[in-house]
Amino acid sequence: MTPLLETRALEAFYGDFQALFGIDFTVGEGETVAIIGSNGAGKSTFLKSITGVLSNKADAIRFKNEPIGSLAANHVVRRGIAMVPEGRRLFPSLSVEENLQMGAMSKRSGHWTLETVYRLFPVLKERRYSPGTALSGGQQQMVAIGRGLMANPDLLLCDEISLGLAPIIIKDIYAAIPSITSEGTTVAVVEQDINQALAVADRVYCFQEGRVSLEGTPDTLTREQISAAYFGL
Amino acid sequence: MDWVNAIVQGIFVGGLYALFATGLSLIFGVMRLVNIAHGDLIILAAFLSLAVVDGLNIHPLVSLVIVVPVMAAFGYALQRGILNFTLGKDILPPLLVTFGLSVIIQNALLETFSADSQRLQAGAIETASIPIGQGLAIGVLPLIIFVTAIVVIGGLQFVFYQTTLGRVFRATSDDAVTARTMGIDKSHVFALAMALALAVVAIAGVLMGIRTNFDPAVGPARLLFAFEAVIMGGLGNLWGTLAGGIILGVAQAIGAQINPGWQILAGHIAFLIVLVIRPNGLFPRIQG
Ligand SMILES: Nc1ncnc2c1ncn2[C@@H]1O[C@H](COP(=O)(O)OP(=O)(O)OP(=O)(O)O)[C@@H](O)[C@H]1O
Ligand SMILES: [Mg+2]
Repeated sequence: MTPLLETRALEAFYGDFQALFGIDFTVGEGETVAIIGSNGAGKSTFLKSITGVLSNKADAIRFKNEPIGSLAANHVVRRGIAMVPEGRRLFPSLSVEENLQMGAMSKRSGHWTLETVYRLFPVLKERRYSPGTALSGGQQQMVAIGRGLMANPDLLLCDEISLGLAPIIIKDIYAAIPSITSEGTTVAVVEQDINQALAVADRVYCFQEGRVSLEGTPDTLTREQISAAYFGL
Repeated sequence: MDWVNAIVQGIFVGGLYALFATGLSLIFGVMRLVNIAHGDLIILAAFLSLAVVDGLNIHPLVSLVIVVPVMAAFGYALQRGILNFTLGKDILPPLLVTFGLSVIIQNALLETFSADSQRLQAGAIETASIPIGQGLAIGVLPLIIFVTAIVVIGGLQFVFYQTTLGRVFRATSDDAVTARTMGIDKSHVFALAMALALAVVAIAGVLMGIRTNFDPAVGPARLLFAFEAVIMGGLGNLWGTLAGGIILGVAQAIGAQINPGWQILAGHIAFLIVLVIRPNGLFPRIQG
């Protein structure tokens, strides 16, 4: 499989505090990868590094075989990486539709438009003129995913899209993933719910204290291996 | 009748104050920057018009064709070159830098144009008026200014809520980091906002220069009026800013009617009263 994104010895810092210690990570084109790990393991920091919110050495991150580690976030998205951020981070002053339109500001064309996003999440069309933050948690998450898709990314990074949602809603949200990948977008999800991650992913990475503690396919990893890697037992 | 007249005139002056205030309100709304040099930029625009009028021998209103784009370009460069670097968690640097800018503009104007009081000569419209019966008359110039204020605010309102640029302004103001992951360059967006604000400042400066005398030192007083109008109307609400301007204008007119020396004081008192009753202004922005 051709690697779409590769990180080599990726490190991340918040001031003097080092949050990531040499992450080697690969996502192949069309592959769905899940990143699991406990609170503070560095999962969100990793996504922020890839999207350029945190800066890095150019060569630490390669996307479509080009170094992008030193690009600022507004340039990374133009290369084709979009993020559904932790906590959704909808724009409170914007309506649902305006939030979605913001996702298209990188001006990449492709399958995803307002129309196709509304087809994926019909409830959003009904609420298109409501303030994004007036929606239920699950609907807000749909807005955040739709907003990411509006960039027509080759790689969509989703940070804890199930957090704080009822199981039935999580099911709805994850049901959208196949429609996303079938349009040619590779998906990587950060997920604290191990079962959810194993169900959706072709391959799983487990993070622990800023390092990759385990990597493998769901069918080859045992429960014991995963708990050890997850909890550091 | 004198009282009715005073109030009517006050309402029209309020249009000018609203024009002073919209630029300030816009900048604060988009980037949480309090621009201490705002009043001096208004005066700078008036002097720029003066120079253009003298140089090209054109009507001050025609000079807007030059003054508006020049001020807008200056705003873009100012934001990109200096002010963007002052914005951060600490609110002090932008205050200090714009205060410094205020001093620089005043001194530069003093050096270039002297401390003499100036006026933009606009001919007949300065004194023309429309009688509206019972001894009342509305000056054509105040009417032009008031209508301009409504058009400018309506236009900005349209830009903010109906255009892509406005959507980007609001999103960047909400959450610049997330907007950035969507391809938005905050430095550019803020510079565009400053350009837009200084385009409005240009209009305000020229109209002010036709209506009243000005000299390099009167900027801070314009800032104060603008500030009071913005706060009274409620931060981030442009129509509220118009209302704030009108309240300020009317209060000053009433004060002046009681005693000519009380004009400015009455405006400040109205401001304090509004602040005590409604600390968030009369029409605060509805938060989502
Ligand atoms: N803005 C920040 N400033 C300083 N330290 C931070 C910041 N954000 C995260 N950290 C620290 O970096 C480490 C990794 O945090 P990160 O948010 O990446 O973890 P995570 O795996 O996403 O956790 P969670 O599951 O809780 O979202 C933690 O120790 C955290 O305290
Ligand atoms: Mg996280």
